[in-house]
Amino acid sequence: MSVLLIAEHNNKELRPFTLNAVTAASQIDSDVHAVIIGQNCSDVVKSLSELPLVKKVIHIEAAHYENFVAENFAPVIVKLADNYSHIICSANTFGKNLMPRIAAALDTSQISDIIKVIDADTFLRPIYAGNAFATVKSKDAKKCVTIRPTSFDACESSGGSAPIEKADPGEEFGHTKFIKREEIKSDRPELGTARVVISGGRGMQSGDNFKLITSIADKLNAAIGASRAAVDAGYISNDHQVGQTGKVVVPDLYIAVGISGAIQHLAGMKESKIIVAINKDGEAPIFSVADYGLEADLFEALPQFLEELNKLNTIQK
Amino acid sequence: MKILVAVKRVIDYNVQVRVKDDNTGVVTDNVKMSTNPPDDNAIEEAVKIKEAGKATEVVAVSIGEEKAQETVRKALAVGADRGILIKADGVLEPLAVSKLLQKIVQKEKPDLVFMGKQAIDDDCNQTGQMLSALLNWPQATFASKIEIKDKKLEVTREIDEGLETIEINIPAIVTCDLRLNEPRYASLPNIMKAKKKPIEQLNASDLGVDTSPRIEQIKVEEPPKRKAGIKVSSVAELVQKLKNEAKVI
Repeated sequence: MSVLLIAEHNNKELRPFTLNAVTAASQIDSDVHAVIIGQNCSDVVKSLSELPLVKKVIHIEAAHYENFVAENFAPVIVKLADNYSHIICSANTFGKNLMPRIAAALDTSQISDIIKVIDADTFLRPIYAGNAFATVKSKDAKKCVTIRPTSFDACESSGGSAPIEKADPGEEFGHTKFIKREEIKSDRPELGTARVVISGGRGMQSGDNFKLITSIADKLNAAIGASRAAVDAGYISNDHQVGQTGKVVVPDLYIAVGISGAIQHLAGMKESKIIVAINKDGEAPIFSVADYGLEADLFEALPQFLEELNKLNTIQK
Repeated sequence: MKILVAVKRVIDYNVQVRVKDDNTGVVTDNVKMSTNPPDDNAIEEAVKIKEAGKATEVVAVSIGEEKAQETVRKALAVGADRGILIKADGVLEPLAVSKLLQKIVQKEKPDLVFMGKQAIDDDCNQTGQMLSALLNWPQATFASKIEIKDKKLEVTREIDEGLETIEINIPAIVTCDLRLNEPRYASLPNIMKAKKKPIEQLNASDLGVDTSPRIEQIKVEEPPKRKAGIKVSSVAELVQKLKNEAKVI
């Protein structure tokens, strides 16, 4: 039976992790249908239909879908579910908020945040902040699965021409009203998909000191991350948090500055290809996962780091 | 207004979790257990609302083995008025937990149900949303700020892109983020007082909910180990290694 992928978007474009979710869906069954629910989102519908792995697009529009309220989304997806063996979505805040509402309505025990498809019923997922990997097999007839986007490659984004089918919207839930969204706009790469991430922790001592990190991020075209301690202390906004309850990142290079390396932070970054730790405490747990550790005062090391980068003839972007 | 708060007993967040040698799970014997951290935020918020005169009763509920009573007791020690323990053995999936909580909601008729956004053991992040679907109530997940406005709540949610504010009608479910508040510590007199507060005990099997697992856990393994790294002695050496050895810059 076909799998139904829930597209994540902002009515203007697809969120990049939709492409990773399509890849995961296609590993379960090649007949991937994608449902897109929104308002005035025809450009996104078109880009979705151009993904070669998507075999059919189901397009649902109504004013009450403009702001992605899960209470409005869930019933229409439940209505479509009859024709599908699996419902798939990314395990980011959109999917985490929405999928359990669908699963409960379908009386299905959801499998969250998978990192590997073993077969159509069996998946690998991290538990205990990634300190253990569980192989789990669903016994439910219909499966609701969220995928960890950084564990799957993004699919091809052009060349396809899937048919687009309109479906009827559902009713508005009525008890939930969207008020506002404060998105932090940035010219930097997105934290979740950046090739290089440089993160600061409590050791930064102030929000102002994050400019030391910013200048290196500029040089390396890196995204800026943070530990929970730095976010809690108000040095930087929550959308930068890397860790068990923040974002999971898997960049080619992760630079942890002034971060001690609590289990909860490691959960969000320890799959990175190369990890650099800069910390003045040589015993800090972050060094246990670092490929290159530098035991130094970050207030001396970061300016030197920038200086050394300036000496290089070329820097990869 | 009455607030029901669901709390879960989990391995303490500071414990380095180890996988059992037979790959059937993780080691829990002689391991320190605590309240799931964001559930502490949920209790704190409910107690603060009561202290502000906007709620009349805070009821803490936990589901699990007999020892989960300690988790309920801790909630009582920081200000919950009474407790409920639903005794159940074995693994309970979020779907089963939300069905059991639905029974408690039907019985207790709270105006609000609070809980942590995610349990740090199975990392599922499902129960609040599932309960809200079963009850057909509005949900405010990942809450970092809650304001009560008459029969409505205004909730600020932490989302990947930043912050989102929604308004939901009561009754409602709120799942709490770690930044919602700073949970208090229980004082000794309050711990003593909590010993006298009532905890009602129920059996999951008496609530008419099928809690049998729908997901078979085939095995639990250690994640692949990272190969040991090196310490560099200077920033210049670090940059040279990143450029020429790791080839990432």
